[in-house]
Amino acid sequence: MKPRETTMDVSEIKRPRRWHILVFLLPALIVYTAVMILPLIETLRQSFYNTVDGQYAFVGLGNFQVLFGDPRWAADFWNALRNNCVFFLIHMVVQNPIGIALAAMLSIPKLRFSAFYRTAIFLPTLLSFVIVGFIWKLILSPIWGVAPFLMDIVGLKWLFAPWLGRPDSALIAVSLISVWQYIGIPMMLIYAALLNIPDEVIEAAELDGVTGWSQFWKIKLPLILPAIGIISILTFVGNFNAFDLIYTVQGALAGPDKSTDILGTLLYRTFFGFQLQLGDRSMGATIAAIMFLIILAGVSLYLFAIQRRMRRYQF
Amino acid sequence: MTRTTIKGLLLASSILGSAGLVQAQDKTLTIESWRNDDLAIWQEKLIPAFEAKNPGIKVVFSPSAPTEYNSALNAKLDAGSAGDLITCRPFDPSLELYNKKHLADLTGLAGMENFSDVAKSAWTTDDGKVTFCVPMASVIHGFIYNKDAFDQLKLSIPTTEEEFFAALDKIKADGNYIPMAMGTKDLWEAATMGYQNIGPNYWKGEEGRLALIKGEQKLTDDAWVEPYRVLAKWKDYLGDGFEAQTYPDSQNLFTLGRAAIYPAGSWEISGFNTQAQFKMGAFPPPVKKAGDTCYISDHTDIGIGLNAKSPNADAAKTFLTWVASPEFADIYANALPGFFSLNSTAVKMTDPLAQEFVSWREKCKSTIRSTYQILSRGTPNLENETWVESANVINGTDTPEVAAKKLQDGLDSWFKPAK
Repeated sequence: MKPRETTMDVSEIKRPRRWHILVFLLPALIVYTAVMILPLIETLRQSFYNTVDGQYAFVGLGNFQVLFGDPRWAADFWNALRNNCVFFLIHMVVQNPIGIALAAMLSIPKLRFSAFYRTAIFLPTLLSFVIVGFIWKLILSPIWGVAPFLMDIVGLKWLFAPWLGRPDSALIAVSLISVWQYIGIPMMLIYAALLNIPDEVIEAAELDGVTGWSQFWKIKLPLILPAIGIISILTFVGNFNAFDLIYTVQGALAGPDKSTDILGTLLYRTFFGFQLQLGDRSMGATIAAIMFLIILAGVSLYLFAIQRRMRRYQF
Repeated sequence: MTRTTIKGLLLASSILGSAGLVQAQDKTLTIESWRNDDLAIWQEKLIPAFEAKNPGIKVVFSPSAPTEYNSALNAKLDAGSAGDLITCRPFDPSLELYNKKHLADLTGLAGMENFSDVAKSAWTTDDGKVTFCVPMASVIHGFIYNKDAFDQLKLSIPTTEEEFFAALDKIKADGNYIPMAMGTKDLWEAATMGYQNIGPNYWKGEEGRLALIKGEQKLTDDAWVEPYRVLAKWKDYLGDGFEAQTYPDSQNLFTLGRAAIYPAGSWEISGFNTQAQFKMGAFPPPVKKAGDTCYISDHTDIGIGLNAKSPNADAAKTFLTWVASPEFADIYANALPGFFSLNSTAVKMTDPLAQEFVSWREKCKSTIRSTYQILSRGTPNLENETWVESANVINGTDTPEVAAKKLQDGLDSWFKPAK
């Protein structure tokens, strides 16, 4: 008898449905569905359709076959993917370590004017990519640029080259501009993570004789690893969706010789067309679908393979 | 994707926008255009001239940004909210609009007889039967030079390729001026001001262009590779760091008097007239040997058509007939020196530089840019590829032969010449 009674009790004191949760979630759900989920589904749907003999028809994986099977489409696609990987690698190798180093320096308690540095370094992130692209095109201009002028003053003019115009250096130059713009984001996230480390932990480390560099490597770095993971995934998603900066600095053809063409610019040219080239919605949607899959694969890899194994510490 | 949203917005704006106009008794025509630079000319000169003669018809010029024009116009036409009159881009973008029944057939329009077949070619169906836009203007390629610099160095105007390079050598040896102001950063300068500028002399204008469309010539033929060989030689005469020099950079280098020669399109004339503090002259692309026939790129650039769904079609046709008249040609060509009327009636222009450009029509044979008609319909797009390869040739990334082969291979992959 007794156990049954308890179950009845439980069901009787069951809380009323909390409708307000649904009500509060609804606006965000509706907006997100309307502007993100539905267009995404529509894009994926379009990638299975194409115009055949003047009729819009279902072609199955035909578009994907063209993208990977046709030597020209494939060459353009792999070129864009390769450039995109280089673009991402440069961000991972340059932007994130420097971001971490800046955050570590900012969190040194003795540093003066740290608020000023913090603001100054974060400022470019707030600028429009149009402004950033324009400023850097001017700075690096071989004709009116500040860069050749300053390098001339310190006798390094011979090192200057029209970087944005050379196929071998343009991608690196554009990547570094993007690093310059977005370096504030890893810096801020790591800075917040560093401030989160309780003083007791640091004090305990100091009592044990762990100070300076070894304190950073052995105490602080393991504690901010989850933040670094988040930054890596943000960088990944941001880089494989990138388009704006390349478009403003190098144009839609992502010159010279398509050396700065990434998936975003390839998608733009294909979907919307350019000059005499008319837009091809089906092939554009196909490229968009592939981009979606790449990003999905990267994020899943992070969520299932890396984040689960990451050790978290609670204070 | 976001098309429906855009449609909705456009629909909403058109309904709200036209709500106010319903009350007016006059018919109001709206012109869609990408020439936002011309807003003042339309409002102050062209529209008043038309309205004075045609009471009861009001005209509104409503331009959008050049880079957005094609996609914005397509969205508006699909949504049924586009203006009555549509400014036509040359060739395929407009032909596509006609095929989709967005542009009306204007073959029988009064005034159409004022234009030659070449002038109408950009807005005529492939079979030549239907014309759907009234030709407005063309642009001519050539070279603009700094007269003061030429006088100082005692240079005469080069007429042959040999003289051209001799002049460049002299300017370079003197060292005061950059011989030629052009960059390859924006790619299209190399293709449009370079390849399409000097090319017609080598492929013999229309003769070569049509042979290419018929499949009788290939881009790997000597006539088409030769201009690339010449372009490759330009490299030594361009400014320092030309690989990262943009189009505005080139314009400024020339108008500031730092460069002696500017490979140009005639659309630069009005801008250069206000910017440059020195005297300017112009010469046509130099021919290979003295006595050769000269060819110039006289590219049909702007036309104007009628929205097939316009409720004011009669008023719009009255306007289009006026656009086809010598009166319009006269006002337009003088207000915008460098945009030359395609009207068969000769227009008297006051600007000396524009006069020089247009005088070449008499001694040289005219052609249009080789990549525009039919050849840029497929993927890869020949015009875009030409931009990339022309810049590659000048940068030295590709040899002229390799560049030509890449272009021909790309064209072969989809283009089947009509037999």
